[in-house]
Amino acid sequence: MMNVTYYPGCSLEGTARDYADSIRGVCASLGITLEEVPDWNCCGATAAHSIHHRASIELAGRNLKLAARVPNKDMVVPCPLCYNRLKTASHVLGSREAHQYRMALDASTPKIWDLANFLATDDMLGKIKERVKKPLEGLKVVCYYGCQASRPPSVTESTDWENPQSLDKIMKALGAKPILWPYKTDCCGASLMLSRPDMGSRLVGKLFDMARRVGAQAMVVSCQMCQSNLDMYQEKIEKDWGRPIALPVPYFTELIGLALGIEEATSWMSRHFADPRPALRAARI
Amino acid sequence: MQQTVLNPDFSFLEKAEAAGPFYAAQCFQCRKCTNGCPATFAMDLYPDQVIRLAILGQKDEVLRSKTIWVCASCETCTTRCPNGVRIAELMDYFKELAVRESIPSPEPQVLALHQAFLETVQYAGRVFEGGLVPLYTLRSGQMFSKIREGSWRDDLRMAWRLYKKDRLPLVPKVIEGKEEVRDLLRSS
Repeated sequence: MMNVTYYPGCSLEGTARDYADSIRGVCASLGITLEEVPDWNCCGATAAHSIHHRASIELAGRNLKLAARVPNKDMVVPCPLCYNRLKTASHVLGSREAHQYRMALDASTPKIWDLANFLATDDMLGKIKERVKKPLEGLKVVCYYGCQASRPPSVTESTDWENPQSLDKIMKALGAKPILWPYKTDCCGASLMLSRPDMGSRLVGKLFDMARRVGAQAMVVSCQMCQSNLDMYQEKIEKDWGRPIALPVPYFTELIGLALGIEEATSWMSRHFADPRPALRAARI
Repeated sequence: MQQTVLNPDFSFLEKAEAAGPFYAAQCFQCRKCTNGCPATFAMDLYPDQVIRLAILGQKDEVLRSKTIWVCASCETCTTRCPNGVRIAELMDYFKELAVRESIPSPEPQVLALHQAFLETVQYAGRVFEGGLVPLYTLRSGQMFSKIREGSWRDDLRMAWRLYKKDRLPLVPKVIEGKEEVRDLLRSS
């Protein structure tokens, strides 16, 4: 058993409850106890860093202060944007510019992990492999990482930002076949899907086209912002582009759950818009 | 040949660097930022042009550009810049400055979404997605056009599907430290 501090982020209490449930389920079966940061607040997201810089550091900073009170050495963050903002705050508050802000970092601040990277360490991959009951053999996927877990590497401390590997390693451990493709870290448009839907549709449409071209049966994600742009808006993008897509967009944790034989795994995925079942049947899962 | 008189405001970049630093003066115009940018199709200035204009003290052109608002903050430019110019971060600085100086955004919906987002955070300490979309629709002045075009039905259908899938909470979760959060969000 191990205890890990957990910063879920706002979406995981709302539109990404499916992701949240799969994380709880998978961590429980891997022997990881998640301890939520008490009374955490929004990380500020794109809105704060776009028009209120000081608040963007201090909102994330308040979460780091609260996380420091939980006596664990690691904190996992499933949402790559929250991860990015918390890393940025810890980077800035630990730098020479720290005096411009109204808070200081505590010595007991835990190490901040992107959840996918945390579950892709050799140790964790070993644990996952040991527990695989139903290998996802034959399932061809593309892993779509998006922007925020990798970039900029000066903040995220990523070492493979142009060709990240965490999700690919996890998919291999589950027996699935991750396809090498060029758009792993290309942008989905994020919140522009709401404010400039034409831009969102163009950016995501390009991803779908490439995913289909390389023969993917599913696009695996770790970011709920990417997930909602790819999944909730898929029907709209089909109309905009005038061609069928029908690509399921599972969270990597849902596929871990499926391979580990966790019963609820299919119910997590049934809460998406694009139905994952045809792809899973085609891959005989 | 037509000649235009430029009135450079060289303090523009100096002030930006004092708030950053963003290292814009290191730019040698290789255009790697522009070549890797996924959003150039929606921009009126390319990212490298924004940097160049900033160096040349062309404050108005930069702050009135669409580019700073349609930047998706994907950080590809900052990541790949061979000279360490923090391009995406500089775009943020320009947006904030434009708001502070009451320069109208040529992309009012982008600004309206950011403001609606922070408004819900101010209220509850966390984002309340169930309230964000209606608030944004109201703040961005799209309420009437949505009613006129009938696209409000698509929004409602989406909300209903999410609700049925238990992914749309109807009540915001208000945190205990919401006053603290409000304080952090008060403008400087």
